[in-house]
Amino acid sequence: MSDFTNPVEPFLRTDRMPHIWCPGCGIGTTVNCFARALIESKIDLESLALVSGIGCTGRVAGYVKLDSFHTTHGRAIPFATGLKLANPKLNVVVYSGDGDLSAIGGNHLIHAARRNIDLKVICVNNLIYAMTGGQTAPTTPSHAITSTSPYGTCEPAFNLPHLVEAAGAVYVARWTTFHVRQLARSIAEAFNKKGFSFIEVISPCPTLYQRRNKLGDGLDTMKYYKEKSKVKHGAPTSEVGLTMTGEIIVGKFVDRDRPDYQTMVRAQLTESLGDRFVEQAEMVCS
Amino acid sequence: MVERCKACGFCVEFCPTKVLALSSAFNSKGYHPPHVVNPEKCSGCDLCGMYCPDFAIYGYKLETGQAHVATAASAVHRAQRGPGNQSTGVEDEG
Repeated sequence: MSDFTNPVEPFLRTDRMPHIWCPGCGIGTTVNCFARALIESKIDLESLALVSGIGCTGRVAGYVKLDSFHTTHGRAIPFATGLKLANPKLNVVVYSGDGDLSAIGGNHLIHAARRNIDLKVICVNNLIYAMTGGQTAPTTPSHAITSTSPYGTCEPAFNLPHLVEAAGAVYVARWTTFHVRQLARSIAEAFNKKGFSFIEVISPCPTLYQRRNKLGDGLDTMKYYKEKSKVKHGAPTSEVGLTMTGEIIVGKFVDRDRPDYQTMVRAQLTESLGDRFVEQAEMVCS
Repeated sequence: MVERCKACGFCVEFCPTKVLALSSAFNSKGYHPPHVVNPEKCSGCDLCGMYCPDFAIYGYKLETGQAHVATAASAVHRAQRGPGNQSTGVEDEG
């Protein structure tokens, strides 16, 4: 037995392992990247809070040994906003899936981006509602077969980077679970960014999405990511939409600066109240 | 760690130096965990650890310049690039 341990181990509630994610699912890989980003950015774990919603990715909150919060469906961002406003010193990470963030929580996503609340949002996009049985999600590509569209989806899919950029996010990136080092670097970069950061991670769902669409297992999908993804930093987000078997444009699309919500609140109150504005007392948790 | 493995094959496929292969052994859930077939090729890059969705494998470099991959089934370490330091050891870890 060696003295070395898995670098991810200190970030996991090991008593809850093995986890419930399917063989070939990429969510665990994203957790690896997240843990390495935490190590790399040397962030104080006491100042970190992780919030997730419902769904396969929502389970992350239960598996990481951090201050984590498993909220109601779609409401990860509102809970995270509350945490951040009450205790601005916290680094708040929202770790959830595409169904939770862009479907039931879609409005929260665009308004948090519009307000530029200082949240780091990691959205694991498996292109389907996985935990509830493989129904069509807003991110499901056209023509894909799901349990609610046995003859193929007719709807166009959401292009999440385009959506959040238009709404006002300051940092938008997309990677797949194949791009582990780039993803870890991107998450670490987002920690140094003030404002609404959004990182989309394309992940395989072998049990529901790949199986019904005859796209093979998790490993086949990873090979597809390797073959078909193209790194284009700064690509216009309107051109990065996903198709079922086409090219996946990945990279850092947006990196800009804009005052965050709390800065704007302070500026507005100072402007209208002048000397009468009293800075909110610092909250100390005991 | 052996019980965490679900034999997705990510570590085997994406190891840059092809150190690993799925073994014929079973864990208690009936999956075939990987084992080390080319220990001398391991560079300790830990890409297997980054890819593993089940946190069941990791690689590292020893301070002596050795590289090491701890798989679900066994751990193998070897001497790396050091003259007169070429011993290869296999230890059970599962």
